[in-house]
Amino acid sequence: MNNELTAVYFMWKRELIRFFRSKSRVIGSLGMPFFYLAILGTSLSGAMRPLAGSENYLQFIMPGILGMVLLFGSVFSGIIVIMDRQFGFLKETLVAPVSRTSIVIGKSLGGATTAVVQGLLMMALALVLGASVEVQNLPYVLLLMAVISMAFVSMGISFASLMEDMHGFQLVMNFLVMPMFFLSGALFPLQDAPGVVQYLSYIDPLTYAVDALRFFINGQSSMPIEVSAGVLIAFLAVTTTASAYLFGKIES
Amino acid sequence: MSIIETKDLTKRFGSLVAVDSISLRIEEGEIFGLLGPNGAGKTTTISMLVTMRKPTSGHATVNGFDVVKDADRTRRSIGIVFQDPSLDEELTAYENLELHAAMYGLGAGERGERIKEVLSTVELSDRTHHVVKTFSGGMRRRLEIARGLIHYPKVLFLDEPTIGLDPQTRNHVWEYIKKLKEEHGITVVMTTHYMEEADSLCDRIAIIDNGKIIASGTPSELKESLGGDIVVVKTGEPGRLEKAVRGLDWIRGTKIIDGAISLNVFQGEKRIADIVELAKKGKVPVLSVGIHQPTLDDVFLYYTGREIRAESGSVKDSNRVRMKAWGRGR
Repeated sequence: MNNELTAVYFMWKRELIRFFRSKSRVIGSLGMPFFYLAILGTSLSGAMRPLAGSENYLQFIMPGILGMVLLFGSVFSGIIVIMDRQFGFLKETLVAPVSRTSIVIGKSLGGATTAVVQGLLMMALALVLGASVEVQNLPYVLLLMAVISMAFVSMGISFASLMEDMHGFQLVMNFLVMPMFFLSGALFPLQDAPGVVQYLSYIDPLTYAVDALRFFINGQSSMPIEVSAGVLIAFLAVTTTASAYLFGKIES
Repeated sequence: MSIIETKDLTKRFGSLVAVDSISLRIEEGEIFGLLGPNGAGKTTTISMLVTMRKPTSGHATVNGFDVVKDADRTRRSIGIVFQDPSLDEELTAYENLELHAAMYGLGAGERGERIKEVLSTVELSDRTHHVVKTFSGGMRRRLEIARGLIHYPKVLFLDEPTIGLDPQTRNHVWEYIKKLKEEHGITVVMTTHYMEEADSLCDRIAIIDNGKIIASGTPSELKESLGGDIVVVKTGEPGRLEKAVRGLDWIRGTKIIDGAISLNVFQGEKRIADIVELAKKGKVPVLSVGIHQPTLDDVFLYYTGREIRAESGSVKDSNRVRMKAWGRGR
């Protein structure tokens, strides 16, 4: 058992080393959210005022962009399991005398940690640009970020376990991750969207993530926090189970 | 008891029989080579012994542990150097080794010491804290060998350890493998399709072709089994020469390879004149005659009827893997 925990720890550490060693990944992960906040957040402020309610648009999209950062960062961390596979490192972990579950857990925790770090950096950026956070809620925001990241990393690992090479990566990004982002209500309030979009947004787990983040950061949300938190926890349970199962089935 | 025993080990992929009831015994402390062309079933055999693939039928024990029922203890007994690179390029040598040592249950206090030891065995101490990305192909191979050794394995498996390396680096790797056996008493099981590698390194060899073992023994036993010297006669009509020599008691075997015939001849140097005489009598035009001591190439040719083709290893392995990762033509 001790051995398994050591494996979890070192797989986690590996993800962190890799993340912080690659400066371009740290900086690159902040590029897109920065432009969303700095350009959309400021320029659309006037035009979006009637939609976003009383608050300014930057404040409105900040939790949404945070959700996006967590989604992109996590799915990417999960999906690079394919890279491990192609570069052969996966084999080394698969023949080690530790259970695959420990390896998945270590990887997921590592990926989630890097996603949360990206989220925090982005929040700092947003504060500099003029957004605000309710400080007393920060612990909840952190916990929420951890749950969201863990769930999406697990989703990424699940997809990666099913894919043979990097070709599938673009497919997942363009046909799953991007729509998830746009349908989540990160950029506009869903109440005024067409019915189809609204229905689709209800099956999008990011919708609940963004709404819960908005609840704690902006103090307002479109559904009760119990609902969004419940859905997120259920989603986390499903994705972690799926990732452990699918990763366990990889044929080396 | 032998350190590795297999009994009718078989692996099928659909209708393809990749490994066809192989029974082997490998003794403790020897360097054992699986020699054969690409696609012969060497890697599949190894991957069953290292618990990566499950046998379709038959069984195998490594260090007394059943490779299927007792996979975890098998894994602790062995070190593996895969054919394709399997290091994390973004980590340093130290970090790669530390991760491995931790997963194989070495305690925190023991790890640092052991990492130092294995790195000095493969002469990479000065690169301890360098990122693997900056390593040459030979250095990566050596690091992988070091990693395979870190948890004191009883058996080290090396799948094509020198593929894609230049001749000088190849010699270097050979020296390390010899050193492991001589200084550490580790049993080494390796696959190769390089004849000279098998010849100079291995104590015993099994020649494998189409998933079956077709001959095994020490390199010299295998060569002696041909019963004499190899006389190669280049001629436009090897078939007629073969007919002419058939049935002579000093001819131990014949094989036709395009444009030539290879004869296993007892006391070959005394028989060259006879062979040329026979050719003349049979009106077979002789272009040239050569004689040499049998090599493993001849052994392979004799048992399979084909020449082993060593493909060039010039393409850098990492390039190959990268191509696989991103798909061809991108």
